[in-house]
Amino acid sequence: MEAFLFYLIAGVTGLCAIATVVTQNIVRSATWLLFTLAGVSAIFFLLGADVVGATQLMVYVGGTLVLVVFGVMLTAQGPFITMKTSSAEWAVSATVGLILLAVLAMGIFTLGPTRLSRPDVPSPSAADKDNHPRLAQIREGLAKKALAEEKLISETKQTANLNSQPGSAPASAVIGEALLGVPAGPPHIEGVGATARPVRATYLLPFEIVSVHLLVVLIGAAYLARAKRRRGASS
Amino acid sequence: MACPLLAASTLSTWVIVVAFIAAALLIGLMLVSAIFSVWLERKVAGRIQDRLGPTRVGGKFGWLQTLADGVKLLAKEDFIPAVADQMLFRVGPYIALVGSFMGFLALPFGVGVVAMEMNIAVFFMLAAMSSEVFGIILIGYGSGSKWSLFGGMREAAQMVSYEIPMALCVIVPVIVAGTMNLHTIALQQTGGIWNWYIFHDPFTFAAFWTYFTCAMASCKRAPFDLAEAESELVAGFHTEYSGFRWLVIFMAEYGSMVAVSGIANVMFLGGWSLGIPVELAESLKFDFLSFTAFGRDLNLGLILGNVINVVVFIFKCWFLVFIMMWVRWTLPRLRIDQVMMTCLKYLVPIACVLLVGVSLWQLLLPAAVATILSWVIFGLSMAGLAWFAWTLKTFASAKPGDAMAGMWRMTDVPGYQGAKQPT
Repeated sequence: MEAFLFYLIAGVTGLCAIATVVTQNIVRSATWLLFTLAGVSAIFFLLGADVVGATQLMVYVGGTLVLVVFGVMLTAQGPFITMKTSSAEWAVSATVGLILLAVLAMGIFTLGPTRLSRPDVPSPSAADKDNHPRLAQIREGLAKKALAEEKLISETKQTANLNSQPGSAPASAVIGEALLGVPAGPPHIEGVGATARPVRATYLLPFEIVSVHLLVVLIGAAYLARAKRRRGASS
Repeated sequence: MACPLLAASTLSTWVIVVAFIAAALLIGLMLVSAIFSVWLERKVAGRIQDRLGPTRVGGKFGWLQTLADGVKLLAKEDFIPAVADQMLFRVGPYIALVGSFMGFLALPFGVGVVAMEMNIAVFFMLAAMSSEVFGIILIGYGSGSKWSLFGGMREAAQMVSYEIPMALCVIVPVIVAGTMNLHTIALQQTGGIWNWYIFHDPFTFAAFWTYFTCAMASCKRAPFDLAEAESELVAGFHTEYSGFRWLVIFMAEYGSMVAVSGIANVMFLGGWSLGIPVELAESLKFDFLSFTAFGRDLNLGLILGNVINVVVFIFKCWFLVFIMMWVRWTLPRLRIDQVMMTCLKYLVPIACVLLVGVSLWQLLLPAAVATILSWVIFGLSMAGLAWFAWTLKTFASAKPGDAMAGMWRMTDVPGYQGAKQPT
């Protein structure tokens, strides 16, 4: 039953993600994006991650709302704008998307089994449950949006793993420290044979990358929304 | 499913059946509430405006007026303007309805009578109901009409700002309760009206009124119904709608009214508590009413008590909806800048102060002082309620004089010499 619901929701989410990319009308695209994000939060609810699901709903629905209202309506010059995408842009975005897909797939297929066979993961059923969406969605081969979901879901998996460690600090604190580069949480064995050593995960680099990414987005938004100076108007 | 009758069912088919039953019950509740509220709205509006409201359809009180309206709406043509964005125009009302309905999933109606018991039920309800706005924006944008677009924009601005004080006010009783689980919060308030969180301390008392104001604004109810504003925007965001989709928009609006009233009810007014120090479901659980069915022990008294709890809960929600109507037909509509000022200059600071205040109250105040103060608040608010009820009382002896009640009398005007007698 859960598998059926999962495939249903994941399929719908994937289709919505594709529609987000393909649609030319920008508000419709935002609507599809909303459906995609709502689908991801439905997957979170299905996995029993209520907090993440509700946060996803609240943050992203609000975020999409602001996107539509302030990003689209206020910057648009005419009603019902459509975006014309050139084939070069299609090629670039498809390449980037495929590279991302490849990186994530490699990451999952190389790291995944070793992580799952870690001795400090007591409940294989929970791990399987978390493993499910990733593999299924990889099979679907979704575009960029779905890849972002992948990342979120794999992060949830890590959360679940940290949670399942008995006697450890609250998972949120562990993640928070790890985001600041303080090694915390259960160690995992890296390397084989003589070079094997316990390593604690830190997320400082991903965190910084996300921050820089947000900054880029901010600058881009300011660039798009700035008052256009007509050439020759001032001279 | 946390329903006590069917809890812990391991068979997945049963889970599906139960889920469908719960969903059907909730949709039924939402639609019945909408039908009842529309009728009540017409009656309340009529009475406040010194007229009768519907009197003909379905007997003396016009009970069936809403059904007649519904039939009329179903028979209407579902018109889509040529310039509208077809997809957004079609999909908008349903997003609003789904957003409004999802709030009901986490709402507890009685002991264990909750479709989806969550640890973060409050958060979930706020998150789910915030997606209703998106439907409204899409409706406003997709209609391809300036009236609708203005309505949608106003709604967006209003919702984005009013969500903040609303969420802050909800946190106040959460701090007192120590949990976000609505079911637990309601259970903590059973046993006497003085246990309700509205009487817990001055901050929760003020938080209730602040929350209710924000809730009215988030439901687009007057005096905050700028998104509709008939006098300026024809009908605001739903100007271009007719027939079934218009019906769906209204279902969403009345549904979310009941949902925010439900939150207010659970957080501040004791949920299904009747205000008497008796737990109905437990006290009616007499031994001779026990029986066994479907392979589990049931008790007729327990079921009856739960049914009473649910009825009490629903009627409390409807009473809060009635207060919203009362306010709507009494106060004039604010201007958009006044709406924004009310939120950003008054409600947000008030909510912040309440949040800090209740935290300090919980941390610093000795328990004895807190108890005494909460009794003082309880007594004062009861006295205030009694005084208010007294002012509402109309006296049979106070007959109107020769002038009509409320008429402007020229004898009150200084310098008035009296009407000239015809000679």
